Amino acid sequence: MAKVKSLADLKKIKEELHAKMDLREKSNDPEAQVQIKVGMATCGIASGAKEVMEFLIEATAKRGINSIVTQTGCMGYCYAEPTIEVTMPGKEPVVFGDVDLKKADEVIEKYIKQGELVDGIIPVNYKTIDNN
Amino acid sequence: MKDLSMHIMDIIQNSVRAEASLVELKITESMKEDLFSISIKDNGFGMSDEVLAKAIDPFFTTRTTRKVGLGLSLLKQNAEMTGGKMEISSKEGVGTELEAVFSHKHLDRPSLGDIAGTMVLLVGANPEMDFLYQHITDEGEYVFDTKEVKEVLDGMPISDPNIMQYLKEMIKENLNTILYR
Repeated sequence: MAKVKSLADLKKIKEELHAKMDLREKSNDPEAQVQIKVGMATCGIASGAKEVMEFLIEATAKRGINSIVTQTGCMGYCYAEPTIEVTMPGKEPVVFGDVDLKKADEVIEKYIKQGELVDGIIPVNYKTIDNN
Repeated sequence: MKDLSMHIMDIIQNSVRAEASLVELKITESMKEDLFSISIKDNGFGMSDEVLAKAIDPFFTTRTTRKVGLGLSLLKQNAEMTGGKMEISSKEGVGTELEAVFSHKHLDRPSLGDIAGTMVLLVGANPEMDFLYQHITDEGEYVFDTKEVKEVLDGMPISDPNIMQYLKEMIKENLNTILYR
């Protein structure tokens, strides 16, 4: 990767970036994208969500997975942070808990690439206790 | 929180939730004056006096998913552990401003951590927002302004993984010239 020290350098490598992006944009139908949301509230950040999000952005791009990685707030599963929600095209979202880098890699390789379920799924019918 | 960049990431999430379009982060470090200050200002929807009064209470939150709100109280506690302080002001419809002051040389002051990675993640995850990050030390000053970056990118998405990687390197390179080693 060329060194970018200033905005002038960034301007210079724009063409190179454009070429890389064109390849990806050809398959940029949002309906066909895997959507990954990373829980980035205090609980998530303190548990390592930043590293997990960085890994997911880099790994999905490198492995050619048509995906969008975004952040979300606390999903209420503070005990299981870092949490990620993965929505495969045409499927219901699945929330994974206790996602470290190893688990994130497993989610990409097994769930996203092959459609196999992996350990750590937080059931959708799980409800936090409401004392009100 | 492991380091101050994580606190910054956490506090700016509040600005994201407050639908701010601009977040200004200013870090001022001075070994000479034994000062490490973090100032975050947004133009989000702000807080009422009533909410502001309770904002640093760890058992108060405006969220409904859980009953604690630890972000601000953790930062305040961290600042106070070094003999510093945290102040927050807000006006509904105008925005919120926060400043946390630490003793630079105090043993309990967490390190800054990966601020370049933090900024780039915030920018990539919120491409519609603008961020102005200013870092001042005794050695000099660096300013990262997403408005300028977007102008250079000329319509290319700032959230693209390759662009994010370049921006992270750019921030790191520039900070290396002004940060203490």
